[in-house]
Amino acid sequence: MMQSFNAIVPMACVTAAGIAAMVAEAFRDPGERMPIGGLGIVGFIGAAIAAVFLWNHNASSFDVVSADNFGLFVTGILIVVGVLSIAVSGPTLDREHLPRGEYYALMLFGTAGMMLMATASDLLVIFLALEVLSLAVYVLTGIRRDSPQSTEAAFKYFLLGAFSSAFFLYGIAFTYGLTGSTRLDRIGSLMSAQAASPTAMQLLAVGLVIVGFAFKVAAVPFHMWTPDAYEGAPPAVTGFMSTGVKAAAFAAFVRVFLTAFEPLRGTWGDVIWVIAAATMIVGTVVGVAQSNVKRMLSYSSIAHGGYLLIALLAGNDLGKGAVLFYLLTYAITNIGAFGVIALLETGDRPGDRVSDYAGLWNDHPVLAALMTVFLLSLGGFPPMAGFIAKWYVFGAAVKAGYPGLAIIGVLTSVVSVFFYLRIVVMMYMTPSDEPRAVPAVPAVAGAALVASAALILYLGILPTRVLEWAASSVATIF
Amino acid sequence: MSFPILTSLVALPIVGALLLLFVRGDEEQSAPIARGVALVVSTLVFVETLVLWNRFNPSSAEFQFVERHAWIPAFGIDYYVGVDGISLLLLVLTGFLTPLALLASWESVDKKTRTFCIFVLLLESAMIGVFVSLDLFLFYVFWDAMLVPMYFLIGVWGYDRRIYAAVKFILYTLGGSVLMLLAILGLAMLHYSSTGRYSFDLLSLYNLQVPLHLQFWFFLAFALAFAIKVPLFPFHTWLPDAHVEAPTAGSVILAGVLLKMGTYGLVRFAFPLFPEAAIWFAPKIAVLAVIGIIYGALVAMVQPDMKKLVAYSSVSHLGFVVLGIAAMNVQGMQGAVYQMLNHGVSTGGLFLIVGMLSDRRHTRQIAEYGGLKQVMPHLVAAFLIVTLSSIGLPGLNGFVGEFLILLGAFRADSTMAAVAATGVILSATYMLWMFQRVNYGPVTNDKNATLPDLQPREWAVIAPVIAIAVVMGVFPNLFLRPIEPSVARTLTRLQRGPTRVQADLRTGSQNESPDPRTPNSEPVVRHP
Repeated sequence: MMQSFNAIVPMACVTAAGIAAMVAEAFRDPGERMPIGGLGIVGFIGAAIAAVFLWNHNASSFDVVSADNFGLFVTGILIVVGVLSIAVSGPTLDREHLPRGEYYALMLFGTAGMMLMATASDLLVIFLALEVLSLAVYVLTGIRRDSPQSTEAAFKYFLLGAFSSAFFLYGIAFTYGLTGSTRLDRIGSLMSAQAASPTAMQLLAVGLVIVGFAFKVAAVPFHMWTPDAYEGAPPAVTGFMSTGVKAAAFAAFVRVFLTAFEPLRGTWGDVIWVIAAATMIVGTVVGVAQSNVKRMLSYSSIAHGGYLLIALLAGNDLGKGAVLFYLLTYAITNIGAFGVIALLETGDRPGDRVSDYAGLWNDHPVLAALMTVFLLSLGGFPPMAGFIAKWYVFGAAVKAGYPGLAIIGVLTSVVSVFFYLRIVVMMYMTPSDEPRAVPAVPAVAGAALVASAALILYLGILPTRVLEWAASSVATIF
Repeated sequence: MSFPILTSLVALPIVGALLLLFVRGDEEQSAPIARGVALVVSTLVFVETLVLWNRFNPSSAEFQFVERHAWIPAFGIDYYVGVDGISLLLLVLTGFLTPLALLASWESVDKKTRTFCIFVLLLESAMIGVFVSLDLFLFYVFWDAMLVPMYFLIGVWGYDRRIYAAVKFILYTLGGSVLMLLAILGLAMLHYSSTGRYSFDLLSLYNLQVPLHLQFWFFLAFALAFAIKVPLFPFHTWLPDAHVEAPTAGSVILAGVLLKMGTYGLVRFAFPLFPEAAIWFAPKIAVLAVIGIIYGALVAMVQPDMKKLVAYSSVSHLGFVVLGIAAMNVQGMQGAVYQMLNHGVSTGGLFLIVGMLSDRRHTRQIAEYGGLKQVMPHLVAAFLIVTLSSIGLPGLNGFVGEFLILLGAFRADSTMAAVAATGVILSATYMLWMFQRVNYGPVTNDKNATLPDLQPREWAVIAPVIAIAVVMGVFPNLFLRPIEPSVARTLTRLQRGPTRVQADLRTGSQNESPDPRTPNSEPVVRHP
């Protein structure tokens, strides 16, 4: 294994861009407009180039960061998340007079943390990454300082998040106590020696780590913070954190449980089964009752976490590939949907109730069409990417012998279609009471949304190439 | 490589829809262009289906015009299309009804016409895709994709309770079909465990040995999806809502083509993929079908709304089709396939006529009409012919199909056939009673006194329906001939079910002896 800095180049690029954004903000004259978002994009381009060069090299830095293809695929997802999030943030920043430099710097530092989490091969580094990304996201949630709702959301998120970090840290401590190591590969081999009859200590260690991850991926019953945080944050931030945090946390979740804790599958398999089922059911059933689009999409994002848990539990070749493909499509789709919400927000009107979407087809047909593509993809209709992703997950579940979860999965996805369609019904089939002026759509944001929709159709109709990337990413490491 | 005619059939409406995206301007300017483009494209599709029929070899049971390209090779998913005698005429039916549906909406759809035309074309493409797919994954993609345009057609251009109907339609159908998706995945995994590679290829899966307990569950999953679509009693409750609230074009396509996908799915997928389960379930399905025949007819009789009456009559008529399939003999199944076409023509025709009346009076209540014969003799004459064809009068299309189905059902279970036959009488009762109340007697409502008779555009809509109804009644062999070999081969697959295990024991699994009655019975997997 090569001992070098190579593996951290992508996150270094993003961090550098973040620092540059802070510096630019510091030297900015009041009122001067600077393309700070552009700095971020440059950073992401650098990260993307680095990731392409690292592909297939299995580079490793300091023995704790391994840029294998799995980690790089997730890095790629995070780059997409970052670029799209920056692109759709503009209107919100202008309208709310938010500090651009700080906003983008936090987003970039958060993304760097996510990238570290996706590639870390040591429990302590995973924890470190988790804290880096969490702190950035806590602040982003509360970045509208004068909004009580936003502040409340950030505070809740922070308190519960800190609590779950403690659980996670205890889990690491117990694991260290059992094995004398925090490195995933060593934990794996030591655990497998004792796997035949798991001790109480092992159960405790695995259980605490599950709690930590379950909180970050918003799995039931650790999902309580999600709707509040997602509703309180500006929609562009919600898009960012509902996809980026989930992608990073799932990457680490998969890595830890399918390598270090794989020998103990007998102990955690049933737990994850129950969590996955509960997550899908609660996410969809409670989602049906929501009248606020952001809360509805929060519950939808909880439910999508459940589908990802199925893929994780399946753990076979299909399951691991499915996690990656699902994260990618979910990221593009969800940022797209929150991007539309962000564009519809106006100063005097948050525009996030379902009824606010009445007649959008007449007011802005293109935004309505884009939103429809995103919602149908979330609902899993062909020929959108969401269908292929769900099919991949359920295929993994059927192959691994979890038909029960697959049945719960398909049935909840039918229920979820009901609430996705409620927005479509509003946009297309319900006339609005008064005609309203949709704020002008900036070119960058519009282009990002169109690109997302095009990607969704591409991944839905010609998924072969990306599916093969996903499959080969998991083949090399596990 | 020959011209990919099936791909062009699927693609042509999509191309038309994409063209329509570039039609600009306000409603005044864009509507006529959009209607024109959509009509031309869908007529081209119809012509192409006729070319397909012309070049189709009716004596072969094989899939013809086969195209196969790798799509997602890692999972053995191919873009794999072909037609046999069962799907050929359903394609022609689709091609026939779509332009008529567009023409029927010429004036009644007057808002967002461009988008309306786009959705009709996308729907046509998905419907064609369903009928030509020979890969289960591809089939499922089209099957689900079809729901979206239909949902919009009902929800945006429908009548008062359109949103309720649209949501109910999409949730019911989706709820039924997702379990089928799992069964499809299960089949592919079984193929993987027996051969080491995934496959969604229908013809390879026909030859797969599915363990009995799995057959049971898989069959249930497939049959549920199709039973909801048909709709078989007791899964029919979405249908009256969807039919009544849909615009005329939606109703025509829904009744004419979409319902046939359920029965087509039973013939093509559920029965031959799981023969042992099918044999076990067939009598139970037949009971549901007969209940549907009687129940649908009785409920139709008391409907005050013409559209609802025709909707329930569909439940009854589709019951006949399912009964024919469940009989599992040549007459029954051939009759079933033929009756699918007949029902498409005659019920499509009925919805077109009801649409014309409702365009004039903006009501579909039978009580609002009466004595129309004196006001609109031509329209009433067309109405009469379509009504008689729906009832199954000899010489018109409905008779042959019903007769064959009853013949087949009688051979399978005479009691069942006898009960089902009363459905024929009931159907005559409710249709003719409705016809009488609407068209005969004095003109009781002054609003009806001045209604205009058939317009030239409406002549163009209804004349082809009447013509085809007569042709199908007088020359049934023209249509039955291509159907027969494919039906026979499907039945061979079914009959092989129970004997398969013994045959394997006798001869070894690699060499099954073909059934002597049908020499071409072995499914042939073609690799281009």
